[in-house]
Amino acid sequence: MPPAVEFVEVSRRFGSVQALSGVSLTVDEGEFFGLLGPNGAGKTTLISIAAGLTRADAGTARIKGHDVVRDYRAARRALGVVPQELVFDPFFSVRETLRIQSGYFGIRDNDAWIDEILHHLDLAGKADANMRSLSGGMKRRVLVGQALVHKPPVIVLDEPTAGVDVELRQSLWAFVRKLNQDGHTIILTTHYLEEAEALCGRIAMLKAGRVVALDTKQNLLSRYPGITVRLVADRVPAAWRSRVLRDEGGAHFVGLERYEDLEALLAALRDEGVTIRELALLEADLEDVFLKIMGGDLRQTTAEAA
Amino acid sequence: MTRVMGAGWLTLFYKELLRFWKVAFQTIAAPVLTALLYLLIFSHVLEDRVTVFGGQVRYTAFLIPGLVMMSVLQNAFANSSSSLIQSKITGNLIFMLLPPLSPLDLYAAYVLGAMVRGLVVGAGVFAVTVMFVPSLLALPHPFWALAFAFLGSGILGTLGLIAGIWADKFDQLAGFQNFIIVPLTFLSGVFYSIHSLPPFWQALSHWNPFFYMIDGFRFGFFGQSDVPPAASLALVAGCAAALSALALALLARGWKLRY
Repeated sequence: MPPAVEFVEVSRRFGSVQALSGVSLTVDEGEFFGLLGPNGAGKTTLISIAAGLTRADAGTARIKGHDVVRDYRAARRALGVVPQELVFDPFFSVRETLRIQSGYFGIRDNDAWIDEILHHLDLAGKADANMRSLSGGMKRRVLVGQALVHKPPVIVLDEPTAGVDVELRQSLWAFVRKLNQDGHTIILTTHYLEEAEALCGRIAMLKAGRVVALDTKQNLLSRYPGITVRLVADRVPAAWRSRVLRDEGGAHFVGLERYEDLEALLAALRDEGVTIRELALLEADLEDVFLKIMGGDLRQTTAEAA
Repeated sequence: MTRVMGAGWLTLFYKELLRFWKVAFQTIAAPVLTALLYLLIFSHVLEDRVTVFGGQVRYTAFLIPGLVMMSVLQNAFANSSSSLIQSKITGNLIFMLLPPLSPLDLYAAYVLGAMVRGLVVGAGVFAVTVMFVPSLLALPHPFWALAFAFLGSGILGTLGLIAGIWADKFDQLAGFQNFIIVPLTFLSGVFYSIHSLPPFWQALSHWNPFFYMIDGFRFGFFGQSDVPPAASLALVAGCAAALSALALALLARGWKLRY
């Protein structure tokens, strides 16, 4: 069986910017796959190439074995894309929007499935409302519905929760999880690392158009073991200053390799007479992994993006 | 759930019809009123001053088919071009780009939608203006008139598609409309027979493809024209084929649509 999505040496340049350079990755059927990276890393370009919205300069992309350029009809039938921008057609109601989208895929009499989509996205009460009258969160849900009208085996969500409130985010993820359990392959791009950590089985990290990490979530987390101490104190003992990962909101974040190191840190604090006001131990999470892979200079960008 | 392979374009065609039908007051009633105003003013001012076809046809009768065809052409252009630019600017063009619609599917849906809008408005203009000259209802060559109306609306629908693909902003499209489409229609003999023009302007009019559409359309009503209708038809059909080939090539390349 061909993989759900396959990129082989995909490159794309926009003017002087090399958006993608030789990206190769494979997403297997049934995966919940995360595509992470800072702004401008090439995530949306890669997805656009898979969807046929952008052409690659070199390399190929295949959906369920169908080349996205040569065999675009079969490729697009197998793919549902939730775009990043909150777009809609102001001429139509929610139900008309979903019926029309079904029609573009050559599907008639789709009302049973449309009703199911409306129900799962909590839009049943808004079926006959004009798109213009919906809140941003509801428009986002309609976009998810539009991506699902043709029951695509592969679903791509491009930053679907940007600007979406917590409640909707939870219900959206519950629905997407269910789709994944029902056998759909899910590819998710997000800036919210905790979201990727909670949902994705395997993760690719993109940086400046290249894949810099591609592994299961567990392997990525265990690749960077260690504990971070969040310390609020006047200063950090001189011998430990090189171990400070970052200073943030009046707290020092100190990296430890083992729990045993904690004794030494506490001893140093006591010897220098530093008063501890707060101290907490933090396990490594995807954000630490992400920052280590991307390099410290990217912390600013990701913080802004989040 | 029934899946009909390759039937996606029918939905896009239907959506294009629904789009203008939902705002019919603006897209159908308004251009009919405009054409009626042209008729009232021009026929009042020029009826006794202008002689056409050697005096065999009243000026008002001559003007009506010109206004009908002008409305067909302008509205066909307006439909495909405004639909595309709106979708591009609001971003919902992505809904048409993600499904498995081929270049031919997109072309057929947009151009046929534009043709229907043009022909509906043309029929409306004819229904309202024919009251002033009821004898026009007995047109001697209806199939010639229909052939030119179909081809003309197809050409302008295709031009609208090309302009809509090309334009990135509303004002670029307005420029295309105001500086190309409107002058070409006004200078095509809607309001006069080119035989009344000085030789230089007569010669220039022969380079305007819109002239042949209107002249051929009028032949259907009067059995008379400035150019033999078969020659006009051949030229107009040639234009339609060339523009369609261009539009299909642009769609196939994804020019300005798929980056």
